[in-house]
Formats: sequence, structure tokens, C-alpha cells
Amino acid sequence: MSIVLQGAAPLGGKPTDVLIDGDVIAEIGSGLSGDRIVDAHGLVLLPGFVDLHTHLREPGREDTETVATGSAAAALGGFTAVHAMANTTPVADTAEIVEQVWRLGIDAGLVDVRPVGAVSHGLAGEQLAEIGNMARSAARVRVFSDDGRCVHDARLMRRALEYVKPFDAVIAQHAQDPRLADATACCHEGEVSGRLGLPGWPAVAEESIIARDVMLAEHTNSRLHVCHVSTGGSVEVIRWAKARGISVTAEVTPHHLLLTCDLLGDYDPVFKVNPPLRPPADVEALRAALADGTIDAVATDHAPHASHDKDHAFAEAAFGMLGLETALGVVAETMVATGLLDWAGVADRMSVRPAAIARVAGHGGPIAVGSSANLTLVDPSASYLVDPDRLASRSRNTPFAGRTLPAQVVATFLHGEPTVLDSALATVRA
Amino acid sequence: MKSLLSAADLDRDEATAILDTAVRMHAIQTREVKKLPPLRGRTIVNLFFEDSTRTRSSFEIAGKWLSADVINVSAKGSSVSKGESLRDTVLTVAAMGVDALVVRHHASGAVQRLASWVDCAVVNAGDGTHEHPTQALLDAYTLRNRLGSLDDRHVVIVGDITHSRVARSNVLLLRTLGARVTLVAPPTLMPSGVSTWPCTTSWDLDETLSGKAFGDVDAVMMLRVQRERMSGGYFPSEREYAIGYGLSPARLDLLPDHAPVLHPGPMNRGLEISSLAADGPRSLVLDQVQAGVAVRMAVLFRLLAGSGEEVSV
Amino acid sequence: MTGSARVPAAAPNSGANPKSGPTSDQRLDASPILTAAVLSASDVARILDRMSHQIIEQIAKVEFNAVLLGIPTRGVPLAHRLAERIRRFADVSLPVGSLDITLYRDDLRIRGVRPLGETSEPDGGVTGRTVILVDDVLCSGRSTRAALDALTELGRPRVVQLAALVDRGHRQLPIRADYVGKNLPTSAAQSVRVSLDEVDGLDAVYVIDSDTSHEDAS
Repeated sequence: MSIVLQGAAPLGGKPTDVLIDGDVIAEIGSGLSGDRIVDAHGLVLLPGFVDLHTHLREPGREDTETVATGSAAAALGGFTAVHAMANTTPVADTAEIVEQVWRLGIDAGLVDVRPVGAVSHGLAGEQLAEIGNMARSAARVRVFSDDGRCVHDARLMRRALEYVKPFDAVIAQHAQDPRLADATACCHEGEVSGRLGLPGWPAVAEESIIARDVMLAEHTNSRLHVCHVSTGGSVEVIRWAKARGISVTAEVTPHHLLLTCDLLGDYDPVFKVNPPLRPPADVEALRAALADGTIDAVATDHAPHASHDKDHAFAEAAFGMLGLETALGVVAETMVATGLLDWAGVADRMSVRPAAIARVAGHGGPIAVGSSANLTLVDPSASYLVDPDRLASRSRNTPFAGRTLPAQVVATFLHGEPTVLDSALATVRA
Repeated sequence: MKSLLSAADLDRDEATAILDTAVRMHAIQTREVKKLPPLRGRTIVNLFFEDSTRTRSSFEIAGKWLSADVINVSAKGSSVSKGESLRDTVLTVAAMGVDALVVRHHASGAVQRLASWVDCAVVNAGDGTHEHPTQALLDAYTLRNRLGSLDDRHVVIVGDITHSRVARSNVLLLRTLGARVTLVAPPTLMPSGVSTWPCTTSWDLDETLSGKAFGDVDAVMMLRVQRERMSGGYFPSEREYAIGYGLSPARLDLLPDHAPVLHPGPMNRGLEISSLAADGPRSLVLDQVQAGVAVRMAVLFRLLAGSGEEVSV
Repeated sequence: MTGSARVPAAAPNSGANPKSGPTSDQRLDASPILTAAVLSASDVARILDRMSHQIIEQIAKVEFNAVLLGIPTRGVPLAHRLAERIRRFADVSLPVGSLDITLYRDDLRIRGVRPLGETSEPDGGVTGRTVILVDDVLCSGRSTRAALDALTELGRPRVVQLAALVDRGHRQLPIRADYVGKNLPTSAAQSVRVSLDEVDGLDAVYVIDSDTSHEDAS
């Protein structure tokens, strides 16, 4: 069945008609027709977003999210591919587990779920996990991360950077020196942490690991990806490394583009996240870095949590925020409305570059005849009120509750099939 | 005022009113019949997630002497270990129909958090390293009794400031009452961002006590240093800490004659405070303990005896 | 003789009794309600003279083993004035104290938490003696009941009596005064305000026709 998107503006450019036939873009022009028509006048057509960093919680914490519910949230957020982090229970450190997650994604059929494999066995940071087996498995893992934990041991990180080279895979580091910011650290170390009496998480705990890792990437001639960059100092290290020709890429979360650490004043654990929210100067630096490409990608670090894991004192609550359904809105507010990025830039940071970093074929491609039809239609002039009770995610821990964000995903297409239409999940397909 | 969560909740008038009320309450302690009726029929629950015999019994006596029904609930080890959220634990207790919760918790901000989940009055009996407002009130009461007015008085607080809720509350309250505060600690025990606090700071105890750093001292408050901080690498040894920051007999002599010594207890004799300082004529440590009941009676009275709505004083 | 039409604000630090310096909520407000003073300063002086003689007559029967306990705020200067007259007329010095009743009131929930007045024990205590409570206005009797409870803090008197400058009726409890300065019949909607030099800057008694919330609970 063919679908025509009438009057869509690819990357925000001149409106035109786009015909999807099968799983590819078949024709682009005016006056096109097909079996099904989607009125896309006034809408921006973007390549489907690719999330480098999501927690789908299955296996182990299906009470908070499953591959199916997380996929639904992703599709509603305009995503056509997500990378599911390995810190599940059991940890995704073998081919069997990553294939299980991969299959659950196919069964859900709403987004391409790409499992991330652990770097170290059990995330213990001691021995390499079966990276080769995971890369060769049906899941074809190309991103490895101990996210949640830092690969702290320099020798292990070096080995990992070397070991993934034959598979053209990348190590994604959660940069947090545990000797400077241990598991209790939960608030940016500075005026706020001192005043509130919360254990500090100093910026240098992130920056010092990134500095070490880019040097290791240079030494091993390997690729490094930095997860959830949160400080201006980290940006400068990455900028220096790129200028030197080191193969490093970086991502930033939507929440680190918008929220600052003074929100912690009420000790509300909905704002507890790792790395923590930082002061306004860091937020400014992150936006500028995303605009100039020093930071390559927006990645949500979508982290669902049950209310009984959040309804604790701040220091005892779980770390993490939801992000899939609000990512576009936050990027629109912080980067598009401020003039830092145009829609082509959004496409680049939320789709093209992440797909390249993770070697995801078929996603992040140009909107051109022959490209895979992994697309999303966005209404740039709409607005979206964030209501936790109306999210597709099984959990409710969004820091944007009650906010009105600009722009809204209207439709998403996965390999030519609509997963979202009229901002709601499309009816069940076979 | 519905709840007392932070010393910052009190402006000068309210703080003074509590201290004045405490004077009246203090008189009860010497009477034969230690009972006043204003909180008759009220139920107060001491909900302690962290051990504290001293503070808990102080609140218990305070409530009982005002004729309230006081119940102790020890929630230590519950909640997090059983998978029950803090919210569920608190709501379960509050659902029994209590008028006030007196809460101590090992995590900063926990009491403020739970106050937003209940309708009853909440008194913060110490939350993590954040605040301990009734301690600051009894310290101010004790100081006021000894020194008269607190206006323009210079109070020095010495010890592990980073991890001290007593220090935080005292800095706020003493300032509100017109005093000025100097914090003294080694750099590793000074909190980040302390330069934005309404006080002066120093790494040198001798310079400060002698008056050379920030002027004559009117009172010294020594804070307990936890020996466990050594394993966190905050200072090399007890011996070195005592030499650099302990209130030795020699340091006592640096003080003006009128300046008293306070300590919230329990004391590490020989570490942050010498026995001479702890037991000598300057020491107000026992006065502080006595003041605790009177001040807590005043707080409970002011929170509960009225209608609970905004009432002008 | 009527006094000035306007209820005065207090003069600061005036008067013989330094102990109960008025706080802002104890002084009379400069209310714009026009009232007439029903008792003037000289009326008050004469009334106190008469009450003193009545007290002297009674306590002579117990060999003057008595104390005066003023109920703050205005009961305290009244107690001092009675003591001064008794000293002048009978050459007897009765000890004077004050008895704060705030903690014993049954209406705290309605009126809210207020600053506490001072309770000071008269010389020689109260146990075994005749205690004369002194208040400015007797109305419902609840203040007196609270005072009887508060007395237990100080000891166990042999006899307790009540002296009130004004009795305006409307009793809600079986309470009566032993010494009354002036009976002032009033309606429930009215209230009685006593102004004393030590607290308010001038002696007078006013009846106020008001529907303000200053409910007269004494």
C-alpha cells in the first residue's frame, strides 16, 4: 500500500508531496497520489529520530517499562530506532540476552530496537563481556556501554577500545570517576549542594574521565562515544580532541539542555538524574556545543522508574527521567525557538549523526527517492502540554510535567508503515 | 506557621516569640507538677528514621508536659529495605489521625519532602546534613540567657561543617537574631559554596578565637567530628585534627572572659573538645540539654495550640 | 462625667509598673469608632479606693495573710494599685504577683497562639494563704476558670477570691466576683475596654458598640 504525504516540508524546506511505496521513498514531487493520503500541509518532514541511549527495562523491571511500551513511547516521540542500554536484569552481556531484546522489539513492531551490549561482564568493570558474540549475533550489536556505571579501570577501557575495532563498533562511556563522585553523589557540587546538604557530584569527575578516554582513543586509534555530556568543561575537552583528529563523538540529553540544578531546591526526586542537572552556564555551553556540532547528537537517556522507587528522600531515590515523548519538544524549545538550530540541524543531530555513530543502516538517510521510509512528520506550530498520566510509557517520572512544549510529532513511519498518525499510535497491524 | 522545617522559616519576630515562650516553659521544669494543658487531646508522633535517644526523649517530654499524647515510631531500617516508599511509610502513620509529626531522617531534604504529603504540622528533628532547627533554637536560647541580647554578638562554630545540620541551622538563625557567625574548619570539611553563606570562614582556629581574624569572640560552638570521616580521607588522623581544630585549654585562654562554650553533643572528648572545655565554668553543655525541652515545648505550643490557620500574633 | 470621645492609643513606657510593658497587641488600638467613656479617671480612682477598703475589711479576718495576683495584662497594674492603697489605708504590705493564664485558656484554637504574659510568684508564695485574683473585666468567667487552673502551678491557696474592676454580666460559668468595682450592664454585642495609665496612657472605661472580632472572653 502506498502513502502520500501531501504538502510536507522536508527538513523545513519548500513544501512538496512525498510518496512512500513499500519501505522506501518512491517519489518526491507535486500532485502525487497514492492508496492513502496524509495531509501534511504546514508540517515538517524529518528522518525518523535515532536514540543512542534508552532504557527499556526489559528483562527485569517490566513493572516500569517493557520493550513494547518503550517502543510505543519512542514512536510517539518521532523515533524509528532506539538503542536499548544493557543495564537490565540480567545484564545484556551475552548474545542470548541481546537477541531476546532484539526479538521483543520486532514483536512490538513500533521501532527498530537495537540492543546495546555491556562492555564488562555483569557491568562489574573487571572483565570484558562477550563483545564479539554480541556483535555477531542476530542483534548485530554495534554500541557497547556499561551505562549506569563508568568503565573506570584505565586498562579495561583501553582493552575495550581496541577489542571493538574489528566489529566497527563503538564504546559509549558513562563518564563518572567513582572516586570523585561515588554512588551517593546526586547534586552538582557547588552552591546548591552545599546549601541543601546533598552529596556533591563535581564536574571534574566527568571531565577527568573524558580527558583520559580521548587520549586512550587516540592511542588505540579507536572510536569513542561520550554519553550524556553535562558540563562546559567536558565540551572543551571534546572540542580539543576533535580538533586533534581524535575519533570521539558525544551526545547530550534534552533535560541537560533545559533544566538547571536550582530545581533541586525542593528536593523533588523527579529532578534526580545521573549526571546531575548543572548550573545555567553549563546549559548554555551545551546548547552552543550542540549548535556547532561539537556535540553530535541528542540522546534521551530515557529512564523509567516506578513511583515507589522515586517517592523517597532525594538521596535515596532512583536516578533518571523519562525522555522519549518529550525530546522533540525540548529540542524545539531550547534549540529551534532560540535560533540555534534549524530543522535541518535537528534532523542532523537527532537522526543523521546518531545513525552514523551507531552504524544503523536505513535510518538517518536523506529524504530522497530510494531512501528507506523511516520518517517523522512534525507540526512546528503546535504545542504539547506534558501530562504524565497521558504518556505511553509505563512510568510517570517526567521532569516536564505541566510544561507546555512547542512542536508536536504528528506521524511516524517505520519502514514505510505508519506507527503514529494524528499524534496517536496507529491501529494495530498484523 | 504550620510546620518548622528549616531555621529559615523563622523571621526575627517569630524566633524571638519562640524563645520568649521557652522562658515560660522553662519555669515548668522546676515545678512539682510538670503539666500544662494547652495540647490536651492532641496527638504527636515522633517518627524517627535515624536513631536518637536524646532528641527523641526531649521531644517526648516536651509533648507530654503540654498534655499531648506522644507516640514513638521507630522507622529505622524500614521503608527502603522493605521496598516501601518513604511516602507510603509516612502516609500510613499520618492516616491514624495525628496532629503533628516530629521527624528525624538520615537523608537531607527528606522532612521537607514528606511535609508536602501530609496535612498535619511537621517538625524537622534533623534531616541528613541539612538542618536541625530546634537545635539552633535551643542554642540561641542558651546563648541569650548567658549573653543577654544576641545582636552584634560574634559566634564561632568549629568542626565538620560540611556534614553538620547543626551548623547550617545555626548560621541561619543566629543571623536572623542579629548575631554574626564565623565558621572554622579545615578546607576538606568546609561545604562547597560556603562563600555565599551569610557568615565568614577561616581555616585558622587560633587566629579566629584570639579575635585577630574577625574581631572579639562572644561564644564558641564546637561540633562533633565523626571518626568515620577519616576513612573518607577528610583529615589524616585524630591527633592532627585535635591539634589543628580541637578546643584545647590553651585555646580557651584565647577567649574573652565572658565567652561561653557550647556543644550539641555527644562529645568526643580529646578530639574536638578537651575535658577542661567540656566541664569547665565556661561550658553551657548541660544548659543546652535543659533548654532543649523548654524550646521544644515552645515550638510545639506555637505550632499546635492555635487553630492551625494563619493567625496573626 | 464623660471622657474624650476617641479611644486613645497607648503612650510608650508610661506608668508605674515597668514589668508589663505593653506589646503592640496589648495596647488599645487607636480605633476610629467613636465611643463615650462611661468611667473617667477620677471614677476609676474612687472605685479603687472603695475596693481597697472592702478588701481590707475581709482580709483583716485572716490577719492579712493574703496576696494579690494580677491577671495580665491590665490586672497586674490594678493589683499594684490596690496594694498601694491598702498600704496607705491600713499600713499593710500585701505581696503582689502576676498569673499568666494563656496556657490554660479553652479558646486558643479560636483566638490563636498569642505571646505569653508573665507569671511571677508573690513573695512568700501562695500556699496556705488567701489569694485575691485581680482582673480588669469579668464577663463569661472563663478567664477566671483558667486562672484557677493556672494557680495550681504556684501552689495550693487556702482561699481564692476574685476582684474585678468591671463586671459586665453574661456569665457562662458559675463564677462570681468577691469585689466588684462597677457593675456595667451591657448587651452581648457590646464590649468593655478598660484603659489604664500604665498600659494605655490614661485611665478610663469604655463601652464599645462593635461587631469587631475582639471577642471579650473574660
